[in-house]
Amino acid sequence: MLRFVLGRLVSLTLSLFVASVVIFLFVEVVPGDPAAYMLGLNAQEDTLAALREQLGLNGTLLERYWSWVSGMLTGDFGTSYTYRTPVAEMVADRMWISLPLALYALALSTLIAFPVGIWAASKRGSAVDTGIMGLTQLGVAIPNFWFAMLMVLIFAINLRWFSAGGFAGWDAGFWPAMKSLTLPAIALALPQASILARVMRSSLLDTLGEDYIRTARAKGLTRAQALWRHALRNALIPVLTIIGLQFSFLIAGGIIIENVFYLPGLGRMIFQSIAARDLIVVESVVMLLVFAVILVNFAVDIAYAVVDPRLRVRA
Amino acid sequence: MRASRNLWLGGLLTAVFSLAAVISFAWVPYDVTKLDIGAKLLSPSWAHPLGTDHFGRDILSMIMVGARTSIAVAIVAVGIGIVLGVPLGLAAAARKGSLMDEVIMRGNDLIFAFPSLLIAIMITAVFGASAVNAIIAIGIFNIPVFARLVRGAALSLWTRDYVLAARVSGKGPVRISAEHILPNVTNLLIVQGTIQFSLGILAEAALSYVGLGAQPPLPSWGRMLADAQTMFSFKPHLAIFPGLAILLTVLGLNLMGDGLRDLLDPRLRRAQR
Repeated sequence: MLRFVLGRLVSLTLSLFVASVVIFLFVEVVPGDPAAYMLGLNAQEDTLAALREQLGLNGTLLERYWSWVSGMLTGDFGTSYTYRTPVAEMVADRMWISLPLALYALALSTLIAFPVGIWAASKRGSAVDTGIMGLTQLGVAIPNFWFAMLMVLIFAINLRWFSAGGFAGWDAGFWPAMKSLTLPAIALALPQASILARVMRSSLLDTLGEDYIRTARAKGLTRAQALWRHALRNALIPVLTIIGLQFSFLIAGGIIIENVFYLPGLGRMIFQSIAARDLIVVESVVMLLVFAVILVNFAVDIAYAVVDPRLRVRA
Repeated sequence: MRASRNLWLGGLLTAVFSLAAVISFAWVPYDVTKLDIGAKLLSPSWAHPLGTDHFGRDILSMIMVGARTSIAVAIVAVGIGIVLGVPLGLAAAARKGSLMDEVIMRGNDLIFAFPSLLIAIMITAVFGASAVNAIIAIGIFNIPVFARLVRGAALSLWTRDYVLAARVSGKGPVRISAEHILPNVTNLLIVQGTIQFSLGILAEAALSYVGLGAQPPLPSWGRMLADAQTMFSFKPHLAIFPGLAILLTVLGLNLMGDGLRDLLDPRLRRAQR
């Protein structure tokens, strides 16, 4: 187990390294001088030089990469060109919207997908199964930002159960804050829940065809007992994979959904930074999100090994 | 039975939107580049079956022209994935276990680890928002999909007797890959291509929705929804029809992909029943 974890850690570090190089080079190729942009047209040459020095824009490519990465490692994400505030502070404020939103959506997706997928698998071939599969086809095909708009139309504008956008703030209390995240979380979760339910169903059907299920049935277990006691745990591997992958979809999807609901999270911050050509913010936030995704995938790999000891050997 | 029903329904939906795109080159009900402020925000009527937008443009015409953008972006993005991904997958399989195989597969893993939409946003942020950059951004993420698919399928083909026969007759790995492996993975490519096509349409819509895809005056479904954002509370038709166009096209392609898989891969069909 220890060797497995160490092996995964090495590949985690490698991925992070390559990701940081790619992201860094991306932003490097952008033409234009951020210092000139910040100071405007009438800036003096020596002020420009001083600001470049302060922003770490001087030096070779390697030095600049190192100063960016070592800064990130110590929690210094650079200074926003437009707001002149540390990116770390801006991220810290907005993270408390984006992260709870992604987790809320992940929880909803899992809570919907598990029972639905298990139900469909246990009623295989019935009208229930066909109906669920049809609905999930729709769920997979629906663009989540459009679904979000439809929900605003129905639940915010017509029924007035929720507000159409904005964030109540955690200061307003837990429930008001969660309420303003509810429609966005549902919009994010529905397509993911559809995919997950389909994976749950087909994975469960695969394991239900295994010999040990027949043995369990022969031993006198009912179909339902065999499903709950033996099939479910074995069917979880592909489901876990998808849940891990979905986290990255939720992060990226969150960026779009935050725009539909005017939520002041990381997603809106990225777009505002893009519009203002504030690339240090884009660079650091993208790196942070990629880090989060790679970390979750690492956690999923470890979770596999816990669920299925066979995988430890193979790695 | 069910397979052919999926294929029919999916094929029908796909055909309708492809046809709308093709027809739009020759004829649309109204010119989408002409603004008619007098006719703005009209609800659906006989003259404008899907209504008009805030500039008085006919929404049916815009959806027809927008289909062009969506389909073109998605097709080229899938093309990039196939043209670059398939040779990589074939090469990795032909030299299984070599350094090249290792590098290709680790590179794939890395691209998979990135949230695709996030990187697409970054590419368009750095190089500017345009349909071409949207294509590149979506296309890059198709490369590992096809490379991995082809490698997996090719690995099992390399153990077949007819490949052994080809090697005995003196064919090199490149010729064997081209003449014996590739034709046998074509079915898989068609099925996966359909699925990536539908994902491409969704991605293009999302990018244009946030203003990073096709730029005005080129109509696109995603941007029609973005334009509707501030007005759909009192004019729902502005948001409903472009969204339905995306939903039905993607649904059609997904159903077609499922149907094609059942049709082209009879082994899978038996296994599922």
